Amino acid sequence: MSYLPYAVAAWICLVGIAGIATSKNLIHLAVCLTITQSSSYVLLLSVGYVKHGKAPIFVGRKVGSTAADPVVQALTLTDVVVSVAVIALILALALDAHRLSGTVDPDGIADMSG
Amino acid sequence: MSRRIRMLVLGPALAGFGALFAWAIAGLPAFGDYRGPYGFVLNRVVVPMRHTTNVVMGTTFDVRGVDTMGEEFILYAAVVGVTLLLRDETRSRQAERRTRRLPNETVRLVGVVMVGAGLLVGLWLMAFGYITPGGGFQGGVLAAGAILLLYVVGSHRDFRPFRNEHFLDPLEGVGAGGYAIVGLAALLSGTAFLTNLFGLGRTGTLLSSGSIAILNWASAIAVTCAMLLLFAEFLETYVVPLEPEDAGS
Repeated sequence: MSYLPYAVAAWICLVGIAGIATSKNLIHLAVCLTITQSSSYVLLLSVGYVKHGKAPIFVGRKVGSTAADPVVQALTLTDVVVSVAVIALILALALDAHRLSGTVDPDGIADMSG
Repeated sequence: MSRRIRMLVLGPALAGFGALFAWAIAGLPAFGDYRGPYGFVLNRVVVPMRHTTNVVMGTTFDVRGVDTMGEEFILYAAVVGVTLLLRDETRSRQAERRTRRLPNETVRLVGVVMVGAGLLVGLWLMAFGYITPGGGFQGGVLAAGAILLLYVVGSHRDFRPFRNEHFLDPLEGVGAGGYAIVGLAALLSGTAFLTNLFGLGRTGTLLSSGSIAILNWASAIAVTCAMLLLFAEFLETYVVPLEPEDAGS
């Protein structure tokens, strides 16, 4: 009986959001967003864990013996792929912002356009 | 919004969000107290029905194969997006680059060994993805990572074949399109999209699991190429301006 993994997920999420809000560098902001997103991996995997269960891979093991939920693990895989896609686009936009305004500070870029 | 106002808003917002998060968690079953039913059902039926011992991959490429196709196209869209954002046709792209060597021979040697080892592990994860832990996505990222290491330990020239988009673009298309074609083949034969059409083979062998194996390889190719294309685009935009400095060392 423990809620620790969920609490860890909540903590990672909050720290990531705080990092995004206080960020002074677009690259740092992208990393913070990845941290926020990784809280969903922790949450998904802990939701699918079955007590005394092993990985849902039945090599040398009876089919149907206690194992974690494969659905959330597959979802985590999707989550990771989406995270890669998002960070690639953000980094590309950061490069463009730097090329146009000469800075990677989100506040500095806002000043330029405003 | 000024920085100070943002900090003042952030505090209460985070506290409120944290409280909501805690409330949501309090309503979840305790860690390990999984209630199902989908996980239990899949762990029982996927191995006998699809002859794949890795139920996660059976789920990814069969039970929710349509989702995975969407996922693959997300990656594809990201590559297209990055390419469009960063492509600058005015720059001369064929500039011959000086060879840059890592100063330390030991680091180079270890790096070169790691390129081979990473590539092998990546291929192993792809090939046995539906039998043991692994899969096309994971193997693809690892193989692409190993090839990127070649850039770190070697030179621009060593890496150049792996950033050739005339080679990578069609291959990326084969990966992403191949997935859709397997789905459409099922549709043409009169069943539902992405129905597992092919012989299921003997459980636990490379020739098992029918179309899961093909979809696994399609996504492996798509992911490897997507990673290499993304890296090539960033390299093109970001590293090339540093070239004069680079050449001086």
